[in-house]
Parts: sequence; structure tokens; C-alpha cells
Amino acid sequence: MAILLAVWFVCSYVLGIFLVEPLNGTRIGGFPLGFWFAHQGSIYVFIVLILVYAAMMDRLDRRYGVD
Amino acid sequence: MNVQAWTYLIVTATFALYIGIAWWSRVRTTSGFYVAGRGVPAVANGMATGADWMSAASFISMAGLISFMGYTGTIYLMGWTGGYVLLALLLAPYLRKYGKFTTSEFVGDRYYSDAARLVAAGCTIFVSFTYIAGQMRGVGVVFSRFLEVEVHWGVIIGVVIVFFYAVLGGMRGITYTQVAQYCVLIVAFLIPAAAISWKITGNPIPQFGFGGTVQEGQQAGVFLLEALDALHRELRLPEYTAAFVPGKKSMIDVTAIALALMVGTAGLPHVLVRFYTVRSARAARWSALWALVFIGLLYTTAPAVAAFARVNLISTLHNTSYSEVPEWFRSWETTGLISFDDQDGDGVIDMSDGANELTVDQDIMVLANPEIAELPAWVVALVAAGGLAAALSTAAGLLLVIASAISHDIGKSILWKDMSSRRELLLARVTASVAVVVAAYFGISPPGFVAQVVAFAFGLAASSFFPVLVLGIFTRSTTKEGAIAGMSSGILFTGAYIVYFRLIRPEATAEDWLFGISPEGIGAVGMLINFSLALIVSRFTKPPPAEVQQLVSEIRLPRERAADS
Repeated sequence: MAILLAVWFVCSYVLGIFLVEPLNGTRIGGFPLGFWFAHQGSIYVFIVLILVYAAMMDRLDRRYGVD
Repeated sequence: MNVQAWTYLIVTATFALYIGIAWWSRVRTTSGFYVAGRGVPAVANGMATGADWMSAASFISMAGLISFMGYTGTIYLMGWTGGYVLLALLLAPYLRKYGKFTTSEFVGDRYYSDAARLVAAGCTIFVSFTYIAGQMRGVGVVFSRFLEVEVHWGVIIGVVIVFFYAVLGGMRGITYTQVAQYCVLIVAFLIPAAAISWKITGNPIPQFGFGGTVQEGQQAGVFLLEALDALHRELRLPEYTAAFVPGKKSMIDVTAIALALMVGTAGLPHVLVRFYTVRSARAARWSALWALVFIGLLYTTAPAVAAFARVNLISTLHNTSYSEVPEWFRSWETTGLISFDDQDGDGVIDMSDGANELTVDQDIMVLANPEIAELPAWVVALVAAGGLAAALSTAAGLLLVIASAISHDIGKSILWKDMSSRRELLLARVTASVAVVVAAYFGISPPGFVAQVVAFAFGLAASSFFPVLVLGIFTRSTTKEGAIAGMSSGILFTGAYIVYFRLIRPEATAEDWLFGISPEGIGAVGMLINFSLALIVSRFTKPPPAEVQQLVSEIRLPRERAADS
């Protein structure tokens, strides 16, 4: 879980806010990269994070027979 | 049929649907009233959370706000979605596992104190009322713009509808109407967005069109965002995609606001209570995922809409003679949302920095979008129904939280401990009715400060609830004294800072702010104060009783075992 929270922090704050200026120098398609993280990428990452967490906890629950 | 006829038709049809659902799902038990009998499937709860969460502000104002802020708009995009990660990982499953009906109840039991319960219930009521007034106002505004009825009649119609399904159907009624409202609002948001994306970039998916190229005009073949930056340079405004340049918010302020909004989301009582309605902790995790998926659908579309609307606005209006403005300009001019003041008297609209000729209200970006994109009348009507769905669903969720805080946390748990559940249900219905009336009053004649404070409900939630909940779940040693000190100091500090800089010294600039953090972001500091005070006070007070420590261990049981393996 600590790892997931670290990813949460990195994707939103580090990539979307702290490093937005250097990242904006790189373009992917029509997006400056830092801007894309701030306006789109971070939200996709949030969704994936919860998905991974829910799936991991399901596996744990099954292993210990908790429903 | 014209726009108004379509609007009446669609709005009436959706209202009939909501009332039908409420009748079908009416409840007779306290468990049904507070938590929908805990039988809501994860996907349905995700949708309901989405509608509960996305208010009139998300639907009507957010895209417009982003449109004017450019990069800085990320505070809303990240701030209002990132909180779900905290919610899913740190709070929702554990609170669901603990059970009971309300968040204040968890606080009261975990901190073995009715005082803590009372403080939590008080924070719930305060945060929810500031929030609900804005929703009622939103309902009135949509009515007055699309149906040309007075704002106060709009509010009264909205109140009657909410009264019907919240008081009759309780949480069960609210949940299933919210599912319907989510469907209405997302369709109403996506159709115009897809159409405008297709028109400008040739790609009907806004998320892709956002990074695509402009199809027509002088800028044809240029990437949309580059075209937009170029337009901004032409107007001597900071570039749309640039961050932290003069004229935009500083890095620390953006960080603080995003954090306050995220943590505030995770601490908002009407969002937390949604996770009590599902079957298990497992379902709580999955429904947090669904909620964010459904919310993300709107939140990834909104910034694209913002950019399209901005390009459209500048390229159709800048350097255009006032006599040649498009039709939609005239129709929205009458509502006062857009106005032209010819400073230099040449009859041409000049939008560049400092010219001050065009005043545009942010709400117009969503409301007028279908007309700007020349979509048929029924789409315009759908947007009105979508705005109403967004406002009503949030208002209903908040009302229920207020009713349960009063009838259950204060009534049943503190004042009348031997109250029968039939009487409690009656009390809950009565308090919900009273709350509806109070909300309607605030909606019709908002005291000046309410409108100012609505946006700060998050800061207040962030600085009061989130820390005590996290500490309550993850530490055994946090004491009641610590929790009470933390909650009250957090909310007092944040509240005082907001009141000071919004009401007493609204003219203050970034230099006067603490660390350059605006009142919108101060909840992040309030949260830190809450955390530290709770931890420090806990060290010097008597540790919690053994059964409370036992309770904390049990809440995290599956995790504890995992750690042992």
C-alpha cells in the first residue's frame, strides 16, 4: 500500500506540479507532457491505482478465507 | 419544437422518473433510511457516489473555470479525483468493516467519548449546510435561465422534488435516484463535448481531440493546444499550458489547494456515508473504483471541453465587429452572462489583456456549448436536465447526512439513548424536512458569506475529519483528548483563516498569506495542525481503554494477517 501511495504522490504532485515546467519541454502528440499529467494522466493513474489495490486485497482476502 | 418546449419536456420526464424511483424504493426501517439496508451493489454505489459527488459546480462551472485558468485548472481536476485514492486505500473499506450508520458514530466509538461524537456531528452539519446552499442556488439558476421562472420558484420546485425522495425514500430512494441522475448528467455532458470535439478537431472523443489538430481556419493542421497558446500570446495573456507564470497561482499554492481538495474529498461526510451502503469491505473497495471511473469520465472530458471552448471563444469573438457576433452571443447577452463594453469606441471586440471589453461568466462555457457548436434544441434541453440532476443528487445526499447527524448521532446516541427505532425514523424524517426548508431559505436568499464559503467546505472537511479518521484506523494510541484537540483546532484555524482573508481583508494579496497559501488551500495546513496536535496530545494523556485498542486491531484484521505472512 505504501508503494501505491508513493505512485499516487509521484504522479500527481511530482509529475503534475513540481516538474511540470521541465516536462512541458517534451511533447507527446499534441500535449506538453507536464500539462497532460496535470489535466489527464493523473486521473487515469488514480483509477489504475484503486484497481490494483482492490485486486490485491481480493487476493489477500481469498488467501485467508475472509469474505 | 423550440428549446424551451424541449426543456420542459425533458426536465419533467426526468423529474417523473426520480419520483417514480423514490416511490418504488421507499423505506420503513432506520437501516434502510440511513444506509439503504446495506444492499447496494458495488457498481450502482459507484454511480450513486459519482452523482452524489459531482455537484452543480462540477457540471456547470468547472470546465469554464479551467478554461480561464489553463494549467492551473489542474487543482480541480486532480484535487477532486485524487481524494478517491485516499478514500479507497485508507478509509472506505475500514469504515465499512466497522459498520454502524454514520462517520460521527465511528469517531464517537473509537474515541470513547460523546464529546468527540458531538464535535464530529457538529462539523458534519456545518460542512454540509455550507455545501447544500450552493446546490439549491444552482437549481434555482438553471430553472431561471432555461425555463424563465424566477430563481425562488426554481428553488421551491427543486426542494419539493428532493423532499419527496429524500424524506420518503431515505438512503435507498436517494441511491437509486442518484443512479438515474448520474446517467442523465453524464449523457448531457458527453454529447455536446463529443460534438464540439468533432467539429474542431475531427475526432469525436474529446480526450483524443484535446491532443489533436485543428481542422479549419487559419490554424488548420496545428495542434489544438499550440493553437491555443498562440492565441493567448496574441492577446498578451500567459500561455494556456504554462504553469506558475506571473498571473497564475504559485507552485506552493497549487500544491496546497490540490492537497486540501483531495483530503477534503476523502473527509466529506456525504461521500463517506455512501460506502456504508454496500455489502462488505470488499464491495466498498470496488465501489470506490467504480465511483472514480464514473467521475473520471466527466473529469477527463472537462479539460478538453475547456480548451475547445477557449479556442472557440477567442477565434469567434476576438477582433470581431460587434454587429457581426454570432446568434448565441445575443441570446446569452440577455442573461448577463456575457457582455461587451466598447472601451475604445471602435465597435470591435478586443479580448487582449488590459482592454477589458468583454466580460464572460465561466458558466457560459458549458451552458452555451451546444449552441456554440450548433447542436439541436433537445441537446440544449438535456444540458439543463443534466445541471439539475447534478445539483439535486448532491443536495439529497447532503440532506440525508444532516438528518442522520441530528437524529442518530445527537438524538439516539447522546440525548435519548432508549429511543425506539420507529421514533428514530420519524425523527430522521422530521429533521430531513426541516433541513430541506433551511436549505431552501439559503438557496433563495443566500447570506453573502455562504456563496464565499461553499468552495471552502473542502478545507473545513480536510482539516477536521480526515486526520482523526486515519489516526483512528491506523494507530491504537490516539486518545480522545488528542482527537478532540486535533479536530477543533484544525477546523478553527482553517475557518478563521478563511474568514479573515475573505471577509475581513479580502483585498490581501499573496504576500500577506501564510507561506503564500491562499484561503482555498489553507485546509492542507489545517490538516497538518490537526495531525500533529492529535499525536502530541495523545502522548501526554491516558491511553485508550483496552477494548478500544482491540477494536482498532480488529478493523484492520485482514491486513494484520498479511503483515504476519
